[in-house]
This record gives sequence, structure tokens and C-alpha cells, in this order.
Amino acid sequence: MKPILALTALLLLTGCGAAGNWGWYVINPNTTQGANNIKFLLNGFGATILLSLIAAGMSMVIGLMVALPGMSSNRWVRLPSRIYIEFVRAIPLLPMLFWVFYGLPVVLKSMGISVSIDAFWGAIITLAISDSAFTAEIYRSGIQSINKGQTEAAKTVGLNYRQTMRYVILPQAIKRILPPLANQFIYIVKMSAFASVIGMQELTRRANELVVTEYRPLEIYTLLIFEYLVLVLAISFFVRWLERKMGSDESR
Amino acid sequence: MAQGGPAIEISGLNKWYGDYHALKDIDLQVEHGERIVICGPSGSGKSTLIRCVNSLEAHNSGSITVDGIAMKDAASVDSIRSEVGMVFQQFNLFPHLTILQNLTLGPIKARGLSKADADARAMQYLERVRIPDQAHKKPAALSGGQQQRVAIARSLCMEPKIMLFDEPTSALDPEMISEVLDVIVDLAEDGMTMIVVTHEMGFARKAADRMIFMDHGEIIESGVPDQFFNAPKSARTKQFLSQILQH
Ligand SMILES: Nc1ncnc2c1ncn2[C@@H]1O[C@H](COP(=O)(O)OP(=O)(O)OP(=O)(O)O)[C@@H](O)[C@H]1O
Ligand SMILES: [Mg+2]
Repeated sequence: MKPILALTALLLLTGCGAAGNWGWYVINPNTTQGANNIKFLLNGFGATILLSLIAAGMSMVIGLMVALPGMSSNRWVRLPSRIYIEFVRAIPLLPMLFWVFYGLPVVLKSMGISVSIDAFWGAIITLAISDSAFTAEIYRSGIQSINKGQTEAAKTVGLNYRQTMRYVILPQAIKRILPPLANQFIYIVKMSAFASVIGMQELTRRANELVVTEYRPLEIYTLLIFEYLVLVLAISFFVRWLERKMGSDESR
Repeated sequence: MAQGGPAIEISGLNKWYGDYHALKDIDLQVEHGERIVICGPSGSGKSTLIRCVNSLEAHNSGSITVDGIAMKDAASVDSIRSEVGMVFQQFNLFPHLTILQNLTLGPIKARGLSKADADARAMQYLERVRIPDQAHKKPAALSGGQQQRVAIARSLCMEPKIMLFDEPTSALDPEMISEVLDVIVDLAEDGMTMIVVTHEMGFARKAADRMIFMDHGEIIESGVPDQFFNAPKSARTKQFLSQILQH
């Protein structure tokens, strides 16, 4: 029964183009043209993954640097961190991307720093900053979930703030931080598609370029969606595994 | 350090939680080697008082001097903490570390001991609290009584001059209370200066040099155990004692 239903659904879908408008040939691996097109599209994986990984790494570092002062008992130490998080969270990704790519080099130049920001680094900086506000909140809730008694015990055996974080709090908090952090990586991967608008040759950009030459948006964007799907499902799988692993040796 | 002076000198101590006056003009002097037991109803400020001694709580006015060191800035707080050990009701062991690592973390990281020296010291104190065979387990694998003895050993590894105990047996099953109290009595007999917040009156009679009764953030009565238990001066002390001695 099920395969029949699936088949009918597919037929209905393709039925819209029964007049001959449905053109899977653009990505038919059995033709040279189709195979070349597929290769062109799949080659975007490298850039998307690299972009996301570097941005995620930077976001993790910035996030920790924002989260730690954000938990100070001194409100003046807390304030800049609070402002950063609220500010960054409020800015939509696309305008921020434009600002970093077109605006930041001008600002830097006026300060006497002459660097050109290419699409790759422009996208990474934007993604890292935009994501760091969320990473910071993940760190904060992870660290605050550790009982206050742990910090107190650390103080009574002479540890200073840095030692307490490094040897007592973070090793325990990491189990509650890593799974949501890995989950957050899914957002970075999805958001990395925006890099296409400043010319970064990743998955989405390649699909757009192929659509322009092949005039086959439906087929090409369908494949694009499957590309992201495979990537995200692979990460989800990893997150589940991580959650199980972290959860299992909680108290031992 | 200052051998002539008292171990702890508290005068005019006040502590507020917002509008709530948790400690009211507390004066307390503890001599070297003196064993003090504090009791009093829930919320009377017992924990707050001893937590002020090692600055886990900041006080609002008054002065605290520990072993000749006046508590004023961060540096003096560090020196005071290095003289004072503390044992908590909830043990507060580090769950991700083994028993041995729990004991050696402070000595290695804060005192700069070598791992070998710290391990040797840790084993010596684990012998003393009678659980050397558990050294390589994680805290969760131990019973409550064993965990609290580890917590005591962890404090002792910092070789403090003064020990503070905040209801060390309140979180324990009844059959484990005595194994922990025995360890504390041992320490007392060795001449350790200590303040113990507890409602274990049998222990108090045996170990205390002086009893203190607190209520509503004040020290209501203070005296040697004999007089404190047999002829309390204050009506409130009398009433409190009759309540807890019923059980
Ligand atoms: N962090 C805090 N913020 C606000 N109020 C507090 C805080 N800690 C303690 N208090 C209040 O101060 C009072 C004294 O508390 P404390 O913990 O010193 O009492 P205690 O004598 O140790 O009581 P118990 O026997 O229940 O441990 C209580 O009324 C408590 O509610
Ligand atoms: Mg208390």
C-alpha cells in the first residue's frame, strides 16, 4: 500500500509537468551534462562545511568570553556582556552580513587598518558573531546549572576564579553544554546559505548559478534541499550520539 | 601566626539580605584549640555566621579577624581562607574527580605541591578518616557517611588551623551519623580549633568546650555544656533544648 501511495504522490507532483516541463535530465548522472552539473553542485559541500566549522569554532570562543563576565556578581562587569547579547540577537543576519562585507572594510580603513574582507571571511565573521550570542547563553545556562556548592567548596580549598572554572565548573558543565552547542551547529550550517549573496561559492550559490544557466529551478533547488538535509541529518545523528554518551556517565 | 591573640575575633557583625537582618551585632571570640558548638532554630543565622568567617558571605558591618589577619581586601580573604577549612551539609565533593583527586586538587593547584607529595598527604588523611581503600572511586560510588568523611579529609589536606562544620550530619541516614561524628571527635581531641553547627547534642556534650544558642540572628546564650544543658539562663534556650531533646 505504502509504495503505491508514494508513487501516486510522485506522479501527481510530476503530473503538473506532464506536458514535458519536468526536466530531471539536468541532474541525470547518466549524461555528461547531468554528471557535470551534479559534480558542480556537490563541490559546494566543502565550502559550506569549512565555513560552518570555522564560524562555529570562533563562535564558541567568543561565546565563552561573553558568557564568563556575564555571570559576574558585579553588574558593571555584567553589563557589556548583556548589551552584546541583546544587541547581536536583535540584528538580522542578512543586514549584518552586508554591513560586515561592505561596511567593515571602510571602517577599518578609516582607522588606518587596510584589510580587504573577502566573501569567505566576511561570511565567517558574520556567522560567528551572530551565533556567539546564542553560544554565550548556552554556556551561561550550562555553568549556572552547576550547584553553587561546587564553587564554594573550590573556594575553601584555595582555588581562585580561573582554577575553579577550569578544574571544577567547566568539566562538569561541558556535559550540559556540548549537546546544545552541537545542536546550534545545525543553525550555522543553515544560515551559511546567506553567504551566497555576497558571492561565496558554497552549496546555495552554486545552485543559483546553475539555475541561471540551465533554467531548471525546481530540479536544482530540490537537489539543494536534499544536500542540506543530508548534512543536517548527519549532524543531528552526531548530536544524539553525543547526548547519549554525555548522559550515560553523568555521575561516575 | 599571631600566637598571643584569639583564633577568631568577631565584633559588631551585621549581615543583611536585602531588608532582612540576618545577623545582629554579633560579638564572638574563639580561642586557639577551642571547640564551639552552635545550635538554634532553622533560619536563626547559624550558617550565615560561620560562612562570614571564611567570607563565603560578605558582611555589611563589623569586623572579623582570623588568626591575627583582619578581613578587609581580597588578599586578606585569601590568607584567611588558607587557615580555615569548611565542611558542608551537602558534602560538595567534586563529582567528576576521584576521591584522591578531590583531596589533591587544592594542594596541587593552590599550594603548588608536587603530585607525589599531594598524593602522600591525601592518603595520610584518608587513613585518618578511615577510608584509604576508596581512593580511586568517584564520590557517587560512596555512601553518604563515607562522602562526608572524604569532605573532611579534603579540608584537612589544606592543613587548616580552624575547621568550620555546617550541619555535617543533617543530610545523612541515621546509621551513618556516628561514623562522621567519631571523626570530628578525633579531630577535637587532637586540639583542632573548630566551630560546629549541629543539633547532635550527644556529640556537643562530649566535644564542646562552649555551647552557643542563636535565635533571630542573635547570640542568645553562650556557656560551658554542663551549665548550658542543665541550667540554661534564657527561657528561649530552655524551650529550644526541650524541643530537640525530646527526640
Ligand atoms: N542568600 C540569601 N538570600 C536571602 N536570604 C537568605 C539567604 N541566605 C539565608 N537567608 C536568610 O537568612 C536567615 C538565616 O539563614 P541561615 O541559613 O543562616 O539560617 P540557619 O540558622 O543556618 O538555618 P538552618 O538550620 O535552616 O540551616 C534565614 O531566614 C534565611 O532565609
Ligand atoms: Mg544552616
